[in-house]
Amino acid sequence: MSVVIIGGGQAGLQVADSLRTEGYEGKIEVIAAESGLPYQRPPLSKDYLAPGKEPVPLPLRGASFFAEKNITLHEGVPALAIDRAEQKVKLTEGSLDYDHLVFATGARNRTLSCPGVSLPGIHGLKTLTDAKALHAALPTARNIVIIGAGFIGLEFAAAALAHGCDVTVLEFAPRPMGRALTPVMGDWFAAAHRSQGVDLRLGEGIDRFEPGTDGRVGAAVSTTGAFYPADLVLVGIGVQPNDTLASNAGLETSNGIVVDEMLRTADPAVLAIGDCASFPSAHGQLRLRLESVQNATDQARHAARTVLGADHPYTELPWFWSTQGPYRLQMAGLARPDDDMLVLGDQAAAKFSVLCFREGVLSAVESVNMAADHMAARKLLAAGARITRTQAEAEGFTLKAAGRAPVVPVPPCSAAPC
Amino acid sequence: MPTITYTQPNGTQQTLEVAEGTTLMRAAVSNGITGIIGECGGQAMCATCHVYVRPEYAQALPEIREDEDEMLDCAAAERTDRSRLACQIKIDAELAEIVVDIPAGQL
Ligand SMILES: Cc1cc2nc3c(=O)[nH]c(=O)nc-3n(C[C@H](O)[C@H](O)[C@H](O)COP(=O)(O)OP(=O)(O)OC[C@H]3O[C@@H](n4cnc5c(N)ncnc54)[C@H](O)[C@@H]3O)c2cc1C
Ligand code: FES
Repeated sequence: MSVVIIGGGQAGLQVADSLRTEGYEGKIEVIAAESGLPYQRPPLSKDYLAPGKEPVPLPLRGASFFAEKNITLHEGVPALAIDRAEQKVKLTEGSLDYDHLVFATGARNRTLSCPGVSLPGIHGLKTLTDAKALHAALPTARNIVIIGAGFIGLEFAAAALAHGCDVTVLEFAPRPMGRALTPVMGDWFAAAHRSQGVDLRLGEGIDRFEPGTDGRVGAAVSTTGAFYPADLVLVGIGVQPNDTLASNAGLETSNGIVVDEMLRTADPAVLAIGDCASFPSAHGQLRLRLESVQNATDQARHAARTVLGADHPYTELPWFWSTQGPYRLQMAGLARPDDDMLVLGDQAAAKFSVLCFREGVLSAVESVNMAADHMAARKLLAAGARITRTQAEAEGFTLKAAGRAPVVPVPPCSAAPC
Repeated sequence: MPTITYTQPNGTQQTLEVAEGTTLMRAAVSNGITGIIGECGGQAMCATCHVYVRPEYAQALPEIREDEDEMLDCAAAERTDRSRLACQIKIDAELAEIVVDIPAGQL
């Protein structure tokens, strides 16, 4: 018996760990393209970039984990191809046999294709190598231009401000983090970053980069023709799933490796989890591909149980966090642009939550510096509590208090006046 | 070198020698101490690094910030007056021989 896992990231190591914890006795092999001890990515755009000496990356598991759990880590080894008929994964040298194969290949940064994009001084941020390069460049950088006001771009903007740099962010869309946040929260973050000193340019994309006298990047020219001096550029325009290995093996892909509610592909011996997987959502949307630690680890725990023979659907509530300078953003559930929204708390003091209602019932909560609201929302949403807008608007309502009350799903509207 | 002693719910103890400036969470995760997960990478966002600090070290601990306080309220294991998030505690000279107890669960 053997499970082969492709990808030594957050999802890959968790599935290996959970398989052992849940009692799997066969061989477990993790194929990891990156070399070195697998590490956690979230700190790379936050603490890791803080001014000071080069920090030590935070490992996903200690070095002793692999021997203790009898898990083989093939580090620095990419998987090259899958033979599903023979149940083999081809490596540069030799191949590995599997009874179950788990894709945990993550995602890669989307790249720009404008003139000047290969000039030195233009960075991406995905790996430890990327973060090392940025940590080395930040102390001497002055003018930083960031392409894309997504999570990575804005976390980096906050880090760059802490180094005393001038920071400009170009974002084509009308709001920052527009794919993930409600318009209320997006607008609030736009104002908040500007108040910190970020020059946030919305509705403005990148047209080209121009070299300086030293041959490195010297300026960014935007789609409106505006010219921004730049000695360091970060491109953070989103990611694409690493799904070619799967599609080459004849598995369906569509913005990710397509899996069912048990996280299996059409081939029951093959599963996909984490950033690379497109799965049917139990929380509103039809199909989802999420990029978060929660999604990677919860799907990994679930996939381990599927491998061990369970056939429950994956239904965990999505949650996410991002730290951007003084702002701690936490999200529970997935907001939709057409949700009905209610703000509770104090926006001016940067302590508030946006409650989203779908068909009158609480469906997602975004919080800034309100951990108690976030944790209560996670509990309520996961338990399927029915909180109506009317309830939430009542004098004295707090998510924290609602979260403490025993969760009783309220009968549908036809049975009770609401 | 400072040391940290982690006590498992069954009483077994492991003592690590650590560099000053590391956190109780980082040392645990880097050295494979069971029962401290640290899923958010030390941001006080996941409460999977909950520990009980022995009272004799209470004086030397940093104040609990509001975010840590709110996350501790929602940790998987019961919160007591000894509860802390391991990621928020940096080891310095005053905490040089700290002993902590690991709760029965973090998820
Ligand atoms: C800078 C940064 C900050 C982030 N901050 C947050 C945050 O604050 N909160 C949050 O929830 N999430 C955050 N994330 C997202 C989170 O880190 C990811 O969602 C998570 O790591 C996904 O786990 P994964 O295992 O699916 O992919 P990954 O962790 O990316 O691992 C995939 C691994 O597979 C390897 N691989 C790919 N193809 C092959 C192959 N053919 N053979 C062998 N190996 C292969 C890759 O090299 C990679 O190491 C952040 C991400 C980044 C980059
Ligand atoms: S590591 Fe997440 S709260 Fe400490």
